[in-house]
Amino acid sequence: MSDAIIQFEKVNKWYGNAFHVLRDIDLTVARGERIVICGPSGSGKSTLIRCINALEEYQQGRITVDGTVLTDDVKAIEAVRKQVGMVFQQFNLFPHLTVMENLTLAPMWVGHLPKAEAEERAMQQLQRVQIPEQAQKYPLQLSGGQQQRVAIARALCLTPKIMLFDEPTSALDPEMIKEVLDVISELASQGMTMLCVTHEMGFAKAVADRVILMDQGQIVEQNSPHEFFNNPRSERTKDFLSKILGH
Amino acid sequence: MADIFQSIAPRPAPVRTEGFVPWVKRNLFADWKNGVTTVLLVALALYMMPGLGQWGLMQAVFAPDPNACQAARGTGACWGVIAEKWRVIIFGRYPYEQHWRPEIATVLMVAALIASCVRWFWKPWLAVMWVAVLAIFFGLMGGGVLGLQPVRTDLWGGLPLTVMLATLSIFLAFPLAVGVALGRRSKLPAIRTVCVVYIELIRGVPLISVLFMASFMFPLFMPQGMSIDVLVRVLVGITLFAAAYMAEIVRGGLQAIPKGQLEAADTLGLSYWQTQRKIVLPQALAMVVPSMMNNFISIFKDTSLVTIVSLYELTGALSLALNSDVEWRPFKIEAYLFITAIYFAFCFAMSRYSLWVEKQVSAAKSR
Repeated sequence: MSDAIIQFEKVNKWYGNAFHVLRDIDLTVARGERIVICGPSGSGKSTLIRCINALEEYQQGRITVDGTVLTDDVKAIEAVRKQVGMVFQQFNLFPHLTVMENLTLAPMWVGHLPKAEAEERAMQQLQRVQIPEQAQKYPLQLSGGQQQRVAIARALCLTPKIMLFDEPTSALDPEMIKEVLDVISELASQGMTMLCVTHEMGFAKAVADRVILMDQGQIVEQNSPHEFFNNPRSERTKDFLSKILGH
Repeated sequence: MADIFQSIAPRPAPVRTEGFVPWVKRNLFADWKNGVTTVLLVALALYMMPGLGQWGLMQAVFAPDPNACQAARGTGACWGVIAEKWRVIIFGRYPYEQHWRPEIATVLMVAALIASCVRWFWKPWLAVMWVAVLAIFFGLMGGGVLGLQPVRTDLWGGLPLTVMLATLSIFLAFPLAVGVALGRRSKLPAIRTVCVVYIELIRGVPLISVLFMASFMFPLFMPQGMSIDVLVRVLVGITLFAAAYMAEIVRGGLQAIPKGQLEAADTLGLSYWQTQRKIVLPQALAMVVPSMMNNFISIFKDTSLVTIVSLYELTGALSLALNSDVEWRPFKIEAYLFITAIYFAFCFAMSRYSLWVEKQVSAAKSR
């Protein structure tokens, strides 16, 4: 495991004093690894990946991302966020900016790229997610699936080493889920390290190197998709799978 | 036989819903209650119209002749009072033979305000233009340069004073308000406390007492021999007062920004100030345009309170012009209608402009 890009060591997190949301999390992600995280709501799966780019802070343990230990030091957080792109359930595009402006904002203001270069890079990413023709529109003029693809392109414009997906298809109409998953699969096939919180088990089987089940702030089971779905070891996993694959 | 889906082309609505007649039918005569109300209101208007016409036009005296006005009292308006006194009402105590100076200064300032409202002029040189306009305004009004006779600030008055106080206090209060609103939501307790105390303190007192403090109390605390011009003190007073209210309006907008917007900005690596400037403020300010403009209009009218500290802006200048003149004093109503028209012109223009801005803002968002 010398080529670990993310490492959780005995990480604990509480919301307030009472809610112990992450409990003794140990997790190592190898460079280029594709991980799908599932579990019931409130199990801490979103919190887990939000810790990786310091959207959430943790109280105990240690998280290392690409060689940088995440503390509350601003420099460390900045360094990590440069390497990590994130896609949210609710897209979180900036509604007052056009698609192109959404994509060029960070490269120009954080990466200090000249405008022409930032736009060229944005266009490449829009082609990658297959909506270059929407560049001059505003986000709210697009369908949910298109918006989520723009959000993916926006994260890619900063050339991250790691991509985090927090339930990227949960807010989409059923007809649009596929176009987003196709884009994510495409990314996965190009060697991007990614962690994806999702309940799309078909996607997990097809794309993931490892599937993790979380419950009550703990990692219940982690295994290759084949083993995870065909030979679940714990009762909790069997129970979970029977509920989401049951019909 | 099973029906196979056939697509239906869109058809126009069967009833004509646009145009004058359908509009009248829908809005004025929708049912019998609505119709009766319309008829009654129109009848009332027709009943009052002749009387108003008689008073305002037919029987009115237009010449600046106090005897004719006296004769027409009770039956006709005396617009002569405006013909006689308009210069004192508009320019206050400013030296009579120098009135061309505030005239040019005001026209210039209003022109600059109008230009600033036009999108085409939103270029960097607009700021340069404003510096020039303010320099010319104060140069013309105050004199002492280019051979202009100096005029003390306590002699400035009327419309120029109203326009200048409103414009400058709005311009100065706006950035202060944004700063205080951000400060009130800051993570740093010291900054947050200062902002909260400032807002609550100012909101807790009437503008009149702020002006009174600025004008009469503040000089008592100044070291001997040092004094700040009363106009500046009053301007600072109005600015601080307006900024506290505006800050709360801005805060309302800030709170309406979804948390996800901030998280997205964080993950993209934008700094706090970049996030505020590029993501939060454009959206927050767009949301509060109506209440903000409401506040601007309030400030414009609140400037009439500076009379309390002996600065005779439009309303004050009106009292000044008529109170000391026994012949014309009875015709205050006509004079008040005159400045009402002036206030209305400014406030109505602001209100219409606000609607235009709202339209621009929502156009950018959804279309």
